[in-house]
Amino acid sequence: MARGHHDVGGLPGAGPIDQTEYQLSDWEVLADAVNQALGAKGIKRTDEMRRAREEMDSAAYRDMTYYERWIASIEAILIEKNILTKDEIDRKLREFDAKWGEP
Amino acid sequence: MGRTLNAEVGKFKPGDRVTVKFEDRPGHLRTPWYIRGKTGWIERVHGEFLNPESLAYGRDGLPKKTLYLVAFNQSDIWGRTNNADKLLVDIYEHWLDPAGN
Repeated sequence: MARGHHDVGGLPGAGPIDQTEYQLSDWEVLADAVNQALGAKGIKRTDEMRRAREEMDSAAYRDMTYYERWIASIEAILIEKNILTKDEIDRKLREFDAKWGEP
Repeated sequence: MGRTLNAEVGKFKPGDRVTVKFEDRPGHLRTPWYIRGKTGWIERVHGEFLNPESLAYGRDGLPKKTLYLVAFNQSDIWGRTNNADKLLVDIYEHWLDPAGN
């Protein structure tokens, strides 16, 4: 075992923290809402979301932004709990892509 | 929320010196790497909480674990600093040993 990709506190070379204000995108606000709703319904807990992020592929984790990690964690937990299947999620994504994606 | 705020629980009391276990095992570990193996003191007893290392896998989080606010000298954590500030970390009892053991 080694230190997990999420557990970077105190590692040298990270540089200063960017403290400028960040304007959330609509999808990021929606990601937060979905997360809150799933929590309120007792479908998932914060600790499960953390564990899902820790179990991700390390390269993928590092490439993702904060809310991308949230979305990926939600997807993993919903699949794990047999609430959605990967096929259902992928099918819906293709529908959205056909409707609103780049031509 | 599964929490009991009660300072009259747990085996450590404020002021007790404690060393964080240097454990590394599979699973969701609630204690950050940089503080493992370090020695500090109990600043406050938060109370008993469901165990997040169990909740992380959809289990019930029982038995509850006592959570402490543990203080460390910054210089003991990072070295080469004259910073007199304390570093405060929430740590569960099963991660702590009495200092010196």
